[in-house]
Amino acid sequence: MMHTHLLDRYREAQSVIHRLDPRVKVVVTLLFIVSTALLPDGAWFAFALSFILALSCSFLARLGVTFALRRSFVVLPFALAAITAIIAVPGRPLFMWQIGGTTIIGTDAGVVRFLSILARSWLSVQMAIVLTATTNVPDLLHALRHLRVPEVLVAIVGFMLRYLSVLADEAARLLRAREARSALLANRRGGGSPGWRARVAGYMAGQLFLRSYERSDRVYNAMLARGFAGRFLAINPHLMREHDWWALAVTVVALTVVQLAGQGFPPG
Amino acid sequence: MHPDTIATNLRASPTPEPLSLVADDVHFAYPDGHVALRGVTLRVARGEKVALVGPNGAGKSTFMLQLNGILEGRGRIEIAGLPVTKRTLPQVRARVGLVFQNPDDQLFSPTVFEDVAFGPLHMGLPADEVRARVDRALDLVSMAAYHDRQPFHLSMGEKKRIAIATVLAMMPEILVLDEPSAGLDPRARRGLIHLLRSLPLTMLVSTHDLAMVRELFDRMVIMDEGRIVADGQTDALLADRALLDAHGLEAP
Repeated sequence: MMHTHLLDRYREAQSVIHRLDPRVKVVVTLLFIVSTALLPDGAWFAFALSFILALSCSFLARLGVTFALRRSFVVLPFALAAITAIIAVPGRPLFMWQIGGTTIIGTDAGVVRFLSILARSWLSVQMAIVLTATTNVPDLLHALRHLRVPEVLVAIVGFMLRYLSVLADEAARLLRAREARSALLANRRGGGSPGWRARVAGYMAGQLFLRSYERSDRVYNAMLARGFAGRFLAINPHLMREHDWWALAVTVVALTVVQLAGQGFPPG
Repeated sequence: MHPDTIATNLRASPTPEPLSLVADDVHFAYPDGHVALRGVTLRVARGEKVALVGPNGAGKSTFMLQLNGILEGRGRIEIAGLPVTKRTLPQVRARVGLVFQNPDDQLFSPTVFEDVAFGPLHMGLPADEVRARVDRALDLVSMAAYHDRQPFHLSMGEKKRIAIATVLAMMPEILVLDEPSAGLDPRARRGLIHLLRSLPLTMLVSTHDLAMVRELFDRMVIMDEGRIVADGQTDALLADRALLDAHGLEAP
């Protein structure tokens, strides 16, 4: 039996952050991400403040200061897509490339834009990592449902999180079965042509799709068998307590300060 | 029989023995033309535990899916006197506790609690009653400690028990299990047998596990090629080598 815990990002611990109402955590994370996105290019001081905010959340959650930092590097490849900003934003030319007949000019404003995009995505992901590390999946789904996210979307996220590990196990079994029969004879070239190998991989992907499709049928039948009639129902177990309100208030104040710093107030 | 005895019996039971399940001449073909059921007739009395055996492709699972109208064929099915029709489906589904073979198909919610609460919630019960039923159902399958667990952390045997709890919480008239002992290690299988014996419910259980059938079920029904080919005392049927051979079964 295989166990793939692909999405098990949750870190069991007792901390102030773990005990917060999941709705508060979702709202705080969203506010933080919106605030970070609103900061203008080159607002380094405000970015630094946001970073301190994210770090203190990590710290309060007892995740260790570097936990979210280390994991947040996953955004780098995506953020690199913004590298074209360097040559796309008009400004003082910093350097120049001749490629064929065209000249490419990198500008100072472009570099600032690129670094700011990098900082924004990196900060946002750090906060999201703290959220998923301190809130388990069921609580996260409840929070989304109570925040009036459409039922269908919550259900899709829920099913995805529930069945992704099942799907990953199935994929792992397919890969293992292929490996078990990928034998070679001594002194003989094997492995087949790249085209043939590609076709095998294609069949495997198709298999995986068909199996998931059939499973979705069976899951739906299981839901029907227990009276599902198109609406997802749940019992509401969440209650806002005093420290939840405090956490929300502190965040709003902190983010306001960040925005004031970033947008250049007080003027001077 | 003495006329007086007959009269007494009539007075004592004015209606015939209550039946949990009546199926009359049920036919079904899949959309691709494959004929899965060719006239299945079966009666199960209240409280009876019946094993449904036969080779793969005999139509056992197809028949079970007819019982709460997930598949609709020709013929008549009644659950505790209520005919299965489009109109009665919601009530029928509250009466038939169908447990699927693969618990990963059955346990689709983020937590054990939510999964067991799914049926009662959809029956429109108040929250307190739902919670009470979840607790009782998890107690019955000895899984009370698993209330807040997430299904993908559980072992196969634990998943099976919780899958059974998900329908016990609906307090069904009849429990319908599709290959409950498949994929279980000996200890989990033993636990399951104890559980099924202890549940005071009408049961229809499809299985390849004839050792379990001999241990647990007095009555056994053999299906093959969409028909019921034998229905009787388990011991008598298991002793009939020719019959078992003809339908690809082996006495345990």
